[in-house]
Amino acid sequence: MSGWLAARVAEVVPASASGRVLVLDVPGWPGNLAGQHLDLRLTAEDGYQAVRSYSVASVGAGERVELAVDEVPDGEVSPYLVQDVRPGDVLEVRGPLGRYFVWQPEDPGPVQLVAGGSGVVPLVAMVRAHAAARSPAPFRLLCSVRTPADAFYRPELEALVDDAFRLDWVWTRAAPPGWPGTPGRLTAAGLAAAALPPEAGPTVYVCGPTGFVEAAASLLVAAGHPPGRIRTERFGGS
Amino acid sequence: MAVVSRGFGARRREQDPALPPGQYLTTDFPVLSAGPTPHLHAGEWELEVRTETGARRTWSWEELLALPQEDVRTDIHCVTRWSKLGTRWRGVAVDTLLEGVETTAAFTTVHCYGGYTTNVPLADLVDGKAWIATEFEGAPLPDEHGGPARLLVPHLYFWKSAKWVRGLVLTETDEPGFWERNGYHLYGDPWREQRYW
Ligand SMILES: Cc1cc2nc3c(=O)[nH]c(=O)nc-3n(C[C@H](O)[C@H](O)[C@H](O)COP(=O)(O)OP(=O)(O)OC[C@H]3O[C@@H](n4cnc5c(N)ncnc54)[C@H](O)[C@@H]3O)c2cc1C
Repeated sequence: MSGWLAARVAEVVPASASGRVLVLDVPGWPGNLAGQHLDLRLTAEDGYQAVRSYSVASVGAGERVELAVDEVPDGEVSPYLVQDVRPGDVLEVRGPLGRYFVWQPEDPGPVQLVAGGSGVVPLVAMVRAHAAARSPAPFRLLCSVRTPADAFYRPELEALVDDAFRLDWVWTRAAPPGWPGTPGRLTAAGLAAAALPPEAGPTVYVCGPTGFVEAAASLLVAAGHPPGRIRTERFGGS
Repeated sequence: MAVVSRGFGARRREQDPALPPGQYLTTDFPVLSAGPTPHLHAGEWELEVRTETGARRTWSWEELLALPQEDVRTDIHCVTRWSKLGTRWRGVAVDTLLEGVETTAAFTTVHCYGGYTTNVPLADLVDGKAWIATEFEGAPLPDEHGGPARLLVPHLYFWKSAKWVRGLVLTETDEPGFWERNGYHLYGDPWREQRYW
């Protein structure tokens, strides 16, 4: 495991009402698998430091690393990344980290992805890897977000929809105009309508705030998905 | 030398000397698990200790609760960077489970309901350093935090405090467990920042 690498901010792009994509140039970044994360370290003038984990939205070889950060109100690090950071600033990163919450193009089996809010970030990396590899593995992504303004990566994900990739949205507070149905949290019926059934034998990846992951994973188990086929990544919060 | 990030530090919190390097204080209790939370019934629950010769001891839920219970107040440190200070737990010391057990093993593999495993040197589980905890902050341990019982070995990163514990297997060699095979450190001392290897 190598040490901290300097990461120069190349680009910042608004990604949602409260979030932003950060593109970093990281000389020495060894590349990463889809689903991995990194540790990001910030150092103040007086030496004070803070470290948080962020999933990597980009995938594969190369020294360009893309993150997407959602601002947690009253947070210490995320408001700095979403509001203060600008191109040319230097941060530090370490990674890639994690070898369990990953998808590899050699995996031939069907995959169900379930995201809550910014939990879509590592799953975007998987969808990108799936598209780049032209993998025939059936892929589905079910995204739960509060409102259309909160959805990360919506245009890119919608453009990737094809025979091998299906995308569904759950709008918990407000749906786009003309959307059938009423906004509300993910339910057993909603899951059954959108997700690959247990009989299809998918590997399931669930990512998001802790409360969302607990709720979604319980629905999946109740629907008959074997717990051993459900991989989870909890971002924190309640 | 660390690189200074322009303008960072305005929203900092107070630093507590009880925090190991790279940790921050949290007041809630985040969850780290590889999969869904299992929901176990105390009726079908059993705890096992197995030695390197195959000798076994088991306890039902009632038998575990009949053993001497200890109250523990301790800080806990998760590899995902949060720490909680002064948490209160209740449970049975691992020493109590190992009383009279004959072994020359130096390591343990902790097995859990749900298939999760972790490895801990035996010396880190004895002499009042580890418990099978069944209560947190005066209430039964919630499922998502490992209920009905988890290992509590608070001087190591908290993934070693395996949730939904079902047994300790004493081994002669150090066998990497689940997170250890997936990138986490074999030992996991928060004061030496042994997060990953
Ligand atoms: C493996 C991993 C990958 C992650 N990937 C991403 C990512 O790709 N994008 C991203 O935006 N975040 C991600 N996170 C969350 C991130 O690490 C930080 O926790 C988050 O940015 C908040 O940090 P902060 O310093 O702003 O808040 P803090 O000052 O640490 O916390 C402020 C308050 O918010 C709560 N809180 C912390 N995290 C969350 C959360 N995620 N949701 C709701 N409440 C929270 C805290 O418990 C606390 O009460 C990831 C976390 C992990 C463990």
